[in-house]
Amino acid sequence: MQLRDLSLKYKIPLRGSVLIIVTAAAVSAALVAREYDDFKRDLVETADSMGRVLAHTLVAPLVHDDVWRAYEIISSPGRTGIRADSPLAAEWLAIVDPQLRIYVSSRADRFPVLADVTVAIPDAQPLVEELRGPARNLPRLVDRDEAKHLYSLTPIIADGVLLGTLVAAYSRDIFVPRLRSIVERAALVTLVVLAIVIAASWFWAQRFAAPLVDLAERMSRVGHTESREEELQLEESKDEIGRLATAFREMLAGLRDKEEFEKRIISSERLAALGRLSAGIAHEINNPLGGMLNAIDTFRRHGSGDPMTLKTMALLERGLLQIKETVAALLVEARVAAHPLAPQDVEDVKTLVLADAHRKQARLEWDNRLAESISLPSTAVRQILINLLLNALRAVDAGGCVSCAVERANGTLRIVVGNDGAHIPAERLDHLFEPFAHADGEGHGLGLWVTYQIVQQLGGRIAAQSFPGDTRFEVGLPLGGAA
Amino acid sequence: MHKRRRLLTALALAPLAAHAQSLARAPLRVGLTKVFLDDQMAFVRAWRGYVEARLKRPVDFVQRQTYREIVDPLREGRLDFAWICGYPYVRHQAQLKLVAVPLWEAQPLYRSYLIVSASDSATRSLDDLRGKVFAFSDPDSNSGHLYTRYELHRRNTTPSAFFSRTFFTLAHRKVVEAVAAGVAQGGAVDGYVWETLARLHPQLTGRTRVAEKSPQFGHPPFVAAAATPPATVDAMRSVLLGMGASDEGNALLRQLNLDGFVRGEPALYDSIASMMRAVDRA
Repeated sequence: MQLRDLSLKYKIPLRGSVLIIVTAAAVSAALVAREYDDFKRDLVETADSMGRVLAHTLVAPLVHDDVWRAYEIISSPGRTGIRADSPLAAEWLAIVDPQLRIYVSSRADRFPVLADVTVAIPDAQPLVEELRGPARNLPRLVDRDEAKHLYSLTPIIADGVLLGTLVAAYSRDIFVPRLRSIVERAALVTLVVLAIVIAASWFWAQRFAAPLVDLAERMSRVGHTESREEELQLEESKDEIGRLATAFREMLAGLRDKEEFEKRIISSERLAALGRLSAGIAHEINNPLGGMLNAIDTFRRHGSGDPMTLKTMALLERGLLQIKETVAALLVEARVAAHPLAPQDVEDVKTLVLADAHRKQARLEWDNRLAESISLPSTAVRQILINLLLNALRAVDAGGCVSCAVERANGTLRIVVGNDGAHIPAERLDHLFEPFAHADGEGHGLGLWVTYQIVQQLGGRIAAQSFPGDTRFEVGLPLGGAA
Repeated sequence: MHKRRRLLTALALAPLAAHAQSLARAPLRVGLTKVFLDDQMAFVRAWRGYVEARLKRPVDFVQRQTYREIVDPLREGRLDFAWICGYPYVRHQAQLKLVAVPLWEAQPLYRSYLIVSASDSATRSLDDLRGKVFAFSDPDSNSGHLYTRYELHRRNTTPSAFFSRTFFTLAHRKVVEAVAAGVAQGGAVDGYVWETLARLHPQLTGRTRVAEKSPQFGHPPFVAAAATPPATVDAMRSVLLGMGASDEGNALLRQLNLDGFVRGEPALYDSIASMMRAVDRA
């Protein structure tokens, strides 16, 4: 797994930690550099003052060529008020004569009397260059990175004559313990801060990343399973995450609307195809059917009076008539000539269904707001009303309630028929208007099919909604053009 | 000018008469040199107390850095007694009176040691130190200077020609320190001082090795100035010679690492005198 594939939950604390470590390293480096400079300044100052004091004291022994006195001066502990174990104490001191030989040194075993400086001191090259250099008569510090020591050089001068040079050597290693302790302290502080920051950024990252992680999870599921926007646990905010969540919710709603719209289209197209098919079949059946019924009628008038044959003919005629009735029901014809729908037509329907309502002991809430005749065929509208009301009365329990509202609004006739009976399950709603879809013994299962066909032929639309205790059918029929 | 000079002399002499009368009470001045470990101040004070008690008069012990700073005042009578080396004794024998000679290992004799660093196992004699750095103690010391010079003289050379560099530490103990620290590769030291140091500070002498021992010489003597009254000389001599007879004196002798004092004869120092003459001639 690559770093960029990591979850934000880990990436944020990781980046925070890297940031802290980088910062701590930079600050520590600055501190160490500063400390190094400070320490070196101390060293230079101490070396300079010590060198001046010693050089002054050494004039007499050098003038008198008193090797032992010079040795005692440079080798006695605490010779300059600096404790021998102080980091500022020189590792060794030597007096170098103008011929660049050791006059005497505090470490006579390593740098013996009269030894050549270039031979005696291992990394003496920069030192020798300085001792030979033009600034021989001035105190100075030799600090070359390639040498293991810092050298402080103090000329010992009497009456303008250079008697020798006091060389104090300071090991570079003396910086190491001090710098190490600084680095260790910095590392410790960094660790503590890191522990706090990791905890804090972990918590923060969880809070920050959780909605994104959730969103990403849901995004990846879109198209496979349905998402419910209510499940999305996102804070209402106006920041980028809040806007993202809002956009995601809108997207989900849009997707669902589109899905429902497609479902409706498919359903109505299916119903339209069914309508065309059934009308075609009905017409094809009606023609031979008419012929057959005519033939039976002719036979009855002119045929023999054989009772067996007459009985058979009667049987045939009943069967054919039943076929005709069924076909007629399939072949809905809404545009039969009829007078325009008047308010009284609606009231007539009420009268018709009241008997059924009484029988079911159901309440009928009637709201007829039609004030004048409108240009819709009264027969078709009455059939729609009757079909829907009878269905509702069938669905309602004893003592239930059926409502009917009829009104004219925005150039349409709006009919809403509702009941508080058992609700229609969602899977049945999809096939509600198909013929024989839910024949239940009562009726032939063509009521809603017929209603649908009539509404279609009148250029209107019908929709059903069903929730427990509230099922309603809503019909909208455009006025004018269709009539 | 002359008048004034006389006046000054009269003024100077006036208190001198009074001084002569109180001489019996004036402290005896005894000079000490580094022929022994004179840095043991508690011992020096105890010894002075011992001498004062025996002589029944105050005694001042005078310590100086160099032999010359003791020998010169002694010759001029500004010191009454001094414990000095045999070399300045023979040089100024006419101006000095021998009081007593220490007994070391039951003999009034000692040797000069040629010491080298303990890490130097090659050096067997002075000849091996040619071209090296060499430490002497005092220019007026027999064991710490004259003997080595004489030995080089016998080889027809001098210290400055034979050694690459020489220096004086002005004390036998510091010769040991110089050789131990490696400042010098060789040194000439009083054998009695080295052996005493080996008892008191073995870690110091342990860093050195005795490469060669000289023949025996007369041990550094206790001497009196020529002007010291014979009675005082006798009193001091009996105090020194009597040290071995008392517990207190014995304790002091033990600290000195000596067995006692004997009267001694000037002839003890003849060998030093002949070395001096040989070196002086060169």
